[in-house]
Amino acid sequence: MATEAADGGGPGGGRGDATLARLRRRFEGPNTVGNSRSFWIGFAVAVLALVAYPLAVGSYQASRFSLFLVYAFLGLSLSVVWGYAGVLSFGQVVFFGVAGYTFGVVSVNFATPLGITAAFLLGIVGGALMAAVLGYFMFYGGVRDVYVTIITLVSTLVLHTFMAQTAGDEWTIGTAALGGFNGMPTIPTLAFGVGPVALTFDSVSFYYLVLALLVATYLGLRALVNSDYGRVMVAVREDEDRTRMFGYDVKRLKFTVFTVGGALAGLSGVLYASWGNYVSPQVFELAFASLPVIWVSVGGRKTLLGAVVATVGIEFFRNSLGGEWAFVAVGTLLLVFILGLPGGIVPWLHRTYLDLREESGAPDPADGADAPEVSES
Amino acid sequence: MVNGLNLLFQFLDSFAFIVLAAVGLAIIFGIMGVINLAHGEFIMVGAYATTLVNVRLGLPLPVAMLAGVLAATLFGLVVERVVISGSVPNAIGRRLVGRDVVEPLYDRLADSMVATWGLSLIMVQGVRILLGNSLDQIGTPLGNLAYGGFSYSTYRVLLAGVAVAVLAFAYYLFTRTDYGMRARATIQSEHTARALGVDTERTYMTTFAVGSGLAGLTGALYAPTITMVPTLGGSFLVEAFVAVVVGGSGVVLGTLLAGGLLGSINALFSNLIGTFFGRIALLATAIVMLRFLPDGITGYVEHVRDRRREGT
Repeated sequence: MATEAADGGGPGGGRGDATLARLRRRFEGPNTVGNSRSFWIGFAVAVLALVAYPLAVGSYQASRFSLFLVYAFLGLSLSVVWGYAGVLSFGQVVFFGVAGYTFGVVSVNFATPLGITAAFLLGIVGGALMAAVLGYFMFYGGVRDVYVTIITLVSTLVLHTFMAQTAGDEWTIGTAALGGFNGMPTIPTLAFGVGPVALTFDSVSFYYLVLALLVATYLGLRALVNSDYGRVMVAVREDEDRTRMFGYDVKRLKFTVFTVGGALAGLSGVLYASWGNYVSPQVFELAFASLPVIWVSVGGRKTLLGAVVATVGIEFFRNSLGGEWAFVAVGTLLLVFILGLPGGIVPWLHRTYLDLREESGAPDPADGADAPEVSES
Repeated sequence: MVNGLNLLFQFLDSFAFIVLAAVGLAIIFGIMGVINLAHGEFIMVGAYATTLVNVRLGLPLPVAMLAGVLAATLFGLVVERVVISGSVPNAIGRRLVGRDVVEPLYDRLADSMVATWGLSLIMVQGVRILLGNSLDQIGTPLGNLAYGGFSYSTYRVLLAGVAVAVLAFAYYLFTRTDYGMRARATIQSEHTARALGVDTERTYMTTFAVGSGLAGLTGALYAPTITMVPTLGGSFLVEAFVAVVVGGSGVVLGTLLAGGLLGSINALFSNLIGTFFGRIALLATAIVMLRFLPDGITGYVEHVRDRRREGT
């Protein structure tokens, strides 16, 4: 690890800078790109641009854009599980969908703000629980490598087949009909609170909620992967057997990380279901199941930033392109990146930026930052 | 009695489907260590070529089927050169920037899955753009077998025989020919094989072409029985994938045993509860099998054989 970012702050003066440097150190380390002052300035600018975005384009566009931000949680969940712990899961949409359906069933039955708040939490728990069950079954059963990928892939197919046949009346939970292939169309909008002091989140307020959650999740995950626990995760990714020889409980780590990934995918699923007031077996389809893998491969699976930027960028691009060429473009993108740039676009930009700065001879000792990620707005 | 016959035909049907869907994938996976998620689309190429030659050009069905096999084989060759081995992009790269630009996907399981998935997206959508959402279909030949108020398509029963014949062909190819010898040497140790003068690159290329050709054959054989939509490969892929995983790396034995096991489970549950549950039972079996026999049935057979040898 030659790029250990020991000095967080650089030659700053004054107490304010010292506190800031201490704060920054928690989020910096060799496991993330962007450990310099210029990165954090770029980050702040990007967040401000995203905050200003609805004011510039109006509520319809903001609402459309919030879906891409919702997908970013799904991308992050795969980045943590695959990029950091080395478990390639094709089944993040399982937890996404289970959470969406859980949210749907609970919130349709208890359509009050309190009920919806509970549904929000239960949905995330549902996603995490599903991941825990599947993860326990796989990791404590000694399933490894590509077989994990295959089991998760088959799980999405099981759920797709199962949910598609729930059209009959016997598949009604309380007052919520699962609706077979047509899905559940009348899921209420997200709301938090009790009775009269409740906040309902639609269009612009939903956008800000999702943005705030996303920034918090991103920073939280950065702190996680740069902590000691994150170092063990990376060790498992790099060499599972050696990490076990050092005395770490690899099975428990993979199980835990997988469960956390399930909760993140679940958060994405709950937000998705309340965004469109709708969830259907389409979320378990192979085409959808492959999207997280595409986002994370293109963005760079070993960076959290890559997952977010690529998810939002690709979805924005796909949605704007629309029509019949969208999937051709996405497929080509995937093929080109896996073949030509297996590390992904953000690490590549990061490296290029560092090389350029080295050539120009700037005497900055800190680890460099990548280009600001505001390209999508 | 009648229900017994029903069950038998259902079993033959799913056995044939699973074996034919899986065999090409199994060969490519077993020998090259490439998981080809575009396998269903190779089947689609075979089925589309067969249908187009038969319906638009008016040639007889057997000729059309041959054309389907050829089309898929050629397509497979192109894909191998451009995507899997990367030799075409590398040749271009060497000329333009003076170095290789991509690495071959051999034995990179996860990467090959992702790359071929991209290929599959392009192909499904490309075919939809070029040829529309569906094609006119060939009628199922050979009529029906009638018994006690039920009837079953003769052609589909015949496919079970074809499936066994395809496995026999694969067995012959891998145990009795020069190519088979080279391919098995390459699986065991690529470096040793190369040191002994085996052109492993060419072996891989041939293997991919053979696997694609068999996928094309599957498509050609099923072209008269399924609806011609661009997404038809998806239904094959799932069964093929599951069978390969359950069967393990032994191509012929694994596919045969997996086809038998999964075919009977699928037929039984479809017959007792319904088609949906037949499919769910099949997938659940795959998950349980993977958990307890991660190397598949053939891995287990080999394990038992090793143990017995040590014992004596």
